[in-house]
Amino acid sequence: MSEITVDLAGKPVREVNRILHDPLNGVTTVNVLNPDGAHNIAVGINEAVKVEIHGNAGYYAGGMNKFADIVIHGSAGTGVGENMMSGSIRVKGFASNAAGASAHGGLLVIEGDAGLRCAVSLKGADIVVDGNVGSFSAFMAQAGRLVVCGDAGDALGDSLYEAVLYVKGNIKSLGADAQEEPMTEADITGLAELLAKAGLKHDPKSFKRIASARSLYHWNADADQEY
Amino acid sequence: MDPKNAQGKHLSLEASAGYDRKTIDYIQNAAAHGLYEIRGLGAKRALPHFDDLLFLGASLSRYPLEGYRERCVTKTILGTRYASKPVELDIPITIAGMSFGALSANVKESLGRAATAVGTSTTTGDGGMTNEERESSKILVYQCLPSRYGFNPDDLRRADAIEVVIGQGAKPGGGGMLLGQKINPRVAKMRTLPEGVDQRSASRHPDWTGPDDLTIKIQELREITNWEKPIYVKVGATRTFNDVKLAVHAGADVVVVDGMQGGTAATQTCFIENVGIPTLAAVRQAVDALEDLDMIGKVQLIVSGGIRSGADVAKALAMGADAVAIGQGILFALGCNSETYVQGGEHHSALADYEKLGTAPGFCHNCHTGKCPVGVTTQDPILEKRLEPDVGSKRVRNYLKTVNMELTTIARACGKQNVHHLEREDLVALTVEAAAMARIPLAGTQWIPGQEYGKC
Amino acid sequence: MCGIVGLLVKKPELRPQLGSLMVPMLIGMTERGPDSAGLAVFGTPVNEAHRKINLYSGMTEAGSDFNWHGLAHAIREEFGTDAEIATSGNHAILTVGNAPAPVKHWIHEHHPKLHILSTGRSMDLYKDIGTPTEVSDRYDFSHLQGTHLVGHTRMATESAVTPDRAHPFTAGEDFCLVHNGSLSNPNGIRRMLEPRGIHFDTDNDTEAACRFLEWRLREGDTLENALQKGFDELDGFFTFLMGTKDELALIRDPFACKPAVVAETDDYVAIASEFRSLAHLPDIKNAHVFEPAPEEMYVWRT
Repeated sequence: MSEITVDLAGKPVREVNRILHDPLNGVTTVNVLNPDGAHNIAVGINEAVKVEIHGNAGYYAGGMNKFADIVIHGSAGTGVGENMMSGSIRVKGFASNAAGASAHGGLLVIEGDAGLRCAVSLKGADIVVDGNVGSFSAFMAQAGRLVVCGDAGDALGDSLYEAVLYVKGNIKSLGADAQEEPMTEADITGLAELLAKAGLKHDPKSFKRIASARSLYHWNADADQEY
Repeated sequence: MDPKNAQGKHLSLEASAGYDRKTIDYIQNAAAHGLYEIRGLGAKRALPHFDDLLFLGASLSRYPLEGYRERCVTKTILGTRYASKPVELDIPITIAGMSFGALSANVKESLGRAATAVGTSTTTGDGGMTNEERESSKILVYQCLPSRYGFNPDDLRRADAIEVVIGQGAKPGGGGMLLGQKINPRVAKMRTLPEGVDQRSASRHPDWTGPDDLTIKIQELREITNWEKPIYVKVGATRTFNDVKLAVHAGADVVVVDGMQGGTAATQTCFIENVGIPTLAAVRQAVDALEDLDMIGKVQLIVSGGIRSGADVAKALAMGADAVAIGQGILFALGCNSETYVQGGEHHSALADYEKLGTAPGFCHNCHTGKCPVGVTTQDPILEKRLEPDVGSKRVRNYLKTVNMELTTIARACGKQNVHHLEREDLVALTVEAAAMARIPLAGTQWIPGQEYGKC
Repeated sequence: MCGIVGLLVKKPELRPQLGSLMVPMLIGMTERGPDSAGLAVFGTPVNEAHRKINLYSGMTEAGSDFNWHGLAHAIREEFGTDAEIATSGNHAILTVGNAPAPVKHWIHEHHPKLHILSTGRSMDLYKDIGTPTEVSDRYDFSHLQGTHLVGHTRMATESAVTPDRAHPFTAGEDFCLVHNGSLSNPNGIRRMLEPRGIHFDTDNDTEAACRFLEWRLREGDTLENALQKGFDELDGFFTFLMGTKDELALIRDPFACKPAVVAETDDYVAIASEFRSLAHLPDIKNAHVFEPAPEEMYVWRT
């Protein structure tokens, strides 16, 4: 169990990324101090390691993550965990727009609110937000799950493919081709497990299930759709 | 022969230019189906293009080089600005991004092998990177598109360069499209989509909008790849002067400009024909932008959209490009619109299959159907066997070799020992439009429309 | 594209530090805006009878050697009023004891290349080409004092890099606007406004938005109503930050693609495109940091 600390004050983010990309040689935890909103912290990690970011991160924190467990003790800018493949990222504060954009796998937990377009283009990861999500969340979400313990904004799940959304609070409006469906036993069990993994206490039965109506899947002249 | 009227006199049939047969068919199709036409290939309309430019070869005032004995260098290096491992090509002719999904796996392998044989690069497309392409292609450019289908850090790390795609010439402002009939199990899995469902890509990137945020995105890609690989930024040609300047500000190593003649495997016809500007106009704007920023030689320019022959390549280079990318030309080389295909060592006729599509060789643009009669733009397990990688790679290799030889022939004739020494003063224009768009004087004069006489 | 910054100090004792707090914020936005920079600062108003006219001589032949004192003298002669001038190279603040319109008209006539940056009782405005560091040094931004300011760094998207196309843009008196984003219908807006007597200086899309608001305010709309109409008429992507004599106002378009973050303490409200620019502010660790919601108006008053 070996820990190291990198102070980013006045230093380029290359310093910490270089350490995280080079062989870790037994280092299990990397602490990052004074991130001060720097962009691209801990991007492209390709090995199991814990990263603790003490402060607010800029854009793309933990972008394209594989295997690492990253915690941001503060807020995260646009695109936290974008295109993540595996591993986990936890944001203690709020997340800006496009949180978890195009993420393929792993778990992203946001304890505060997430901005607009949370889970845009989602490709298989699990995203759990304890607070609210902004408008256009889960836009074109293809696979994976988005769990919203607070409220959702406008156009939730517009152009949804096969990703499934669970929302506990109020939904301002649904997007094109998104519809509410009854929660099944499998939904409830799966959601319970996911909430437990995210370390959040909510009753899965109090969530609504939102999925694709699949009416935009094929071009159909008579269906009067806007395509 | 014109038909006769009741008096036995020949009538003359008067066609309308605005409401010609083609337009009437279009309107009646729309009335019948309520659907817009979707098709493959690029703009078919006549446009000012490189055909309207000619070279001033050597004579008394300039001296040519001997065709075979005197060398003419074609080596091309891309990505010198920031990358620690720039891309080194033997020829300035690359293979443009075309997706696995639009094209079959056999085709992707053919392209890789051909490119490796002639020392150039291939580019992935909207479907991600296949192992066939990575293993067969020595230099592979990995596209990062708005859809992010299949995009992942492992492929990023094994790419030789990264191309952030803002748009393509066939449909600047639009996203990719692949209809359900081409989403077979393999394509579906790579794109994280249900099988058989129409795929509509986003037109904007999910996690950035605008050049200020693109700057940060490019930095992210550099950080992930440890600043080793060149980052290209590709735009469909519209406000090219502004776009190229912004791409440079955002940190691009290479800018790729795709004119409206650029192809697609599936886009609405009205989009293809009515949005974007001709490659000729775009090249000029792109070069102006780089000169304005004093970035010539520091940020490289790749031009695509209707590059067909060595003459086109030579003209693009003379106007200031560092390299070109060919898409449609490569497909034709493979056999697109050919009457026959080669399978098991023999030529077979494809005419019946063209007829089934309601078309004929030389006129087909039905890539979007997935029923390519010669096995190029299909995922059908039977049709895709009509393009064997051995055959395909040889054809593309031959085509690229031919184009390169034509390029050096012209360069030598203009007295250049290096194709990159071709310059705009080696060119003259045949039409007023071409002269104005390329800002090259009309042949035999010093006149460029809109410019002070004698200035170019 | 651009970076925007805004700062409003709530406690009078912080007014002398307004500039020094802001300069690192502006420089933090250099990558977003390397071409040009500018800001508008609001402070103690001059009395009712007077007006401040901020002027830029960078586009005249004399440039930084412009004869400012000669100008003030000529205006005193012409209008028989007091006219004082405070200068800093190619920038000057002319304070006149007269209605500003005739003075501005006179300046247009006699010095057509002298650019009028702003008019008002409380607002001063600076903008020029160069990096944020260069522009800050040129005008000594770190010594500016006041209640609030609006700043901007520019990466030009469509119109040229010239000083008059830098932001902030102004309209009327004591009103300015900075913009991050790109409007898609600026030309239609301009063609709608010109026949209504609204004059444009540049082809810049931000100026179109500013003049639109100028028109609505001229027609009697409150700022809130004017912005509401802006949502309907202005198309494209934008985060707008505006300053009036006693307010800072912020809005984002419905898509909210262009970033904005706010940090508020008991001492100040700070706004920037990226958190990076706020990280150095005093007590930032305990500030209330949030991102403004789209289509909502945020107004902070001094």
